[in-house]
Amino acid sequence: MTVIVDYGVGNLFSLRSSLRFIGEEAAVSREPEELRAADRIILPGVGAFEDAARKLRELELDKIIIELSGEGRPLLGICLGMQLLFERSFEFGVWEGLGLLPGEVRPIEPVIPPDFKVPHIGWNALRFSEAGRESGLLKYTKEGEYVYFVHSYAAMGCEESLLADTEYGGFLTAAVGRENVFGTQFHPEKSGEAGLRILKGFCEL
Amino acid sequence: MITKRIIPCLDVRDGRVVKGVNFENLSDVSSPVELGSFYSESGADELVFYDITASSEGRRLFSDVLKMVAQRIFIPLTVGGAINSVDDFDRVLKCGADKVSVNSGAIADRSLIYEAAKRYGSQCVVLSADVKRVDGRFIVFAKGGRVNTGLDALEWIKKGVVDGAGEIVLNSIDTDGVKRGFDLEMLGAVCEVVKVPVIASGGAGCAEDFIDLFRTVPGVDAGLAASIFHFGQLSIGELKRQLLKAGIAVRV
Repeated sequence: MTVIVDYGVGNLFSLRSSLRFIGEEAAVSREPEELRAADRIILPGVGAFEDAARKLRELELDKIIIELSGEGRPLLGICLGMQLLFERSFEFGVWEGLGLLPGEVRPIEPVIPPDFKVPHIGWNALRFSEAGRESGLLKYTKEGEYVYFVHSYAAMGCEESLLADTEYGGFLTAAVGRENVFGTQFHPEKSGEAGLRILKGFCEL
Repeated sequence: MITKRIIPCLDVRDGRVVKGVNFENLSDVSSPVELGSFYSESGADELVFYDITASSEGRRLFSDVLKMVAQRIFIPLTVGGAINSVDDFDRVLKCGADKVSVNSGAIADRSLIYEAAKRYGSQCVVLSADVKRVDGRFIVFAKGGRVNTGLDALEWIKKGVVDGAGEIVLNSIDTDGVKRGFDLEMLGAVCEVVKVPVIASGGAGCAEDFIDLFRTVPGVDAGLAASIFHFGQLSIGELKRQLLKAGIAVRV
C-alpha cells in the first residue's frame, strides 16, 4: 500500500487514480498510524514552498516523514514535494526544508537564457546521470523520454543525488534519489504512459 | 528541449462531446472518456474540455464525466466554460482538472484571476481571450465572441498575467472556423507583451498551419484545435510526424 501524504496542498485525485491504474493500492492520509503502516510514501505538492513547509510542520507530518525515511521506507517527493526534501529553498525568502537530501532550491531564471519563459511548462526530455541508469525508480524509463514539468524553481547543488536532468537553455534537476529517498520535479501522474512507468518503478522499491 | 504542445479541445454538453466525430475503433464517439483516451493515446500533450452546458443538471453530469476522465487519462487536463467564481475553480479542480480556463467570468469579475491564482497558484489559472480586430485594434469579445467588451486585448492580457494568469489561450475570432491558418499577426503581438506560455487557437486547417505557426511565431508554445482533429482530417500522430520533419520539437 502506498500512502499519499495529505497536507492540504495540491490535487491528489490524479495521483491516487494513476497509482490505482497501475494496480497499486493507494490511500490519501495525514494520520500518523496510516503513514507508519504504508509500504511507501509519496509527498505531493503544488504552490509555494513556505506555505507547504509550514503546513507539514503544523500537522507534525515533517517528523513522521523524517522518521520513516530514516527507517528506510521508500519516499517519493513530487514537484514541490521533491523540493521539500532538500535543506532549504530561496523562494520569496529562505525556508527550511526536510533536509533529507543535500542541496537547495533556487529560481531557474538566473540559470537559463533571458528569452526562455518562466515557469518552465510543458513536456521535456530526461537525460540520465550515471546513478540514474542504475536507479530502480527509472528502471522502466528510457533516456530521452518526455515528462511533464511545471515549475519556476529547481533543486541545485544536488549532484550527489542527481538521477536525471532536463535541458531548458541550461540543465535543470529532473529526478533525484539516494538510498530510499526519491524525488521528481516533473509530474509522473501527468506524464502519460512514461510517467506511469516511473510510478511503477517506485512502487516496486 | 521543451517541446511544442498539441492540444485537442472537446466541447461537452450534458456530459457528451458535441460535434459529430467519426473515428473507426471508437465505439462511442461522443463519450468524453473514450475520445479523451483516444487523443491521449494518439499523442495529445494536453486535453481541454469546455463545458457548454446551460443547466445545473448538465453541470453535475460534466463533473461526473471529468472524474471519469481524470481516473483514466494521465496527461494535463484543462477545464473551461462557466467558470465565474473561485467556487467554480474548486468544483472542477476537485474532479481532477489541473488547470482552469477563465474567459467571460474574468471580464465580469475583474478580481477572479487574482483571487484564483492566490488560492491555487498561477500554474492553475489560464486566461482565455476571444479577440477580434475592430478599426485596426485587437478587442476582447465576451460570451463566446458575441459581445464587444471594448477592452484592448493586449492591455487585457497583460493585466491578466500581472494578476496571476499562468498561461494565455488566444483565440482569434477573425481566423476561427476559416481553416486558413492561425492568426500569426495577433499571436505575435501577444507574445511581445507577455512572458508566460501562449497557446494559439482558431484557424487550424492542415498540418502546414501548425508548421507556419511555430516557425513564424516562435514564442507560441502550443497549438489548440477542435474540428480538424474531430473530423479526422488530421491525426495528432501524423501532425507530429510532419512537425518533426519540419524541425520542430514535439513529443513523440
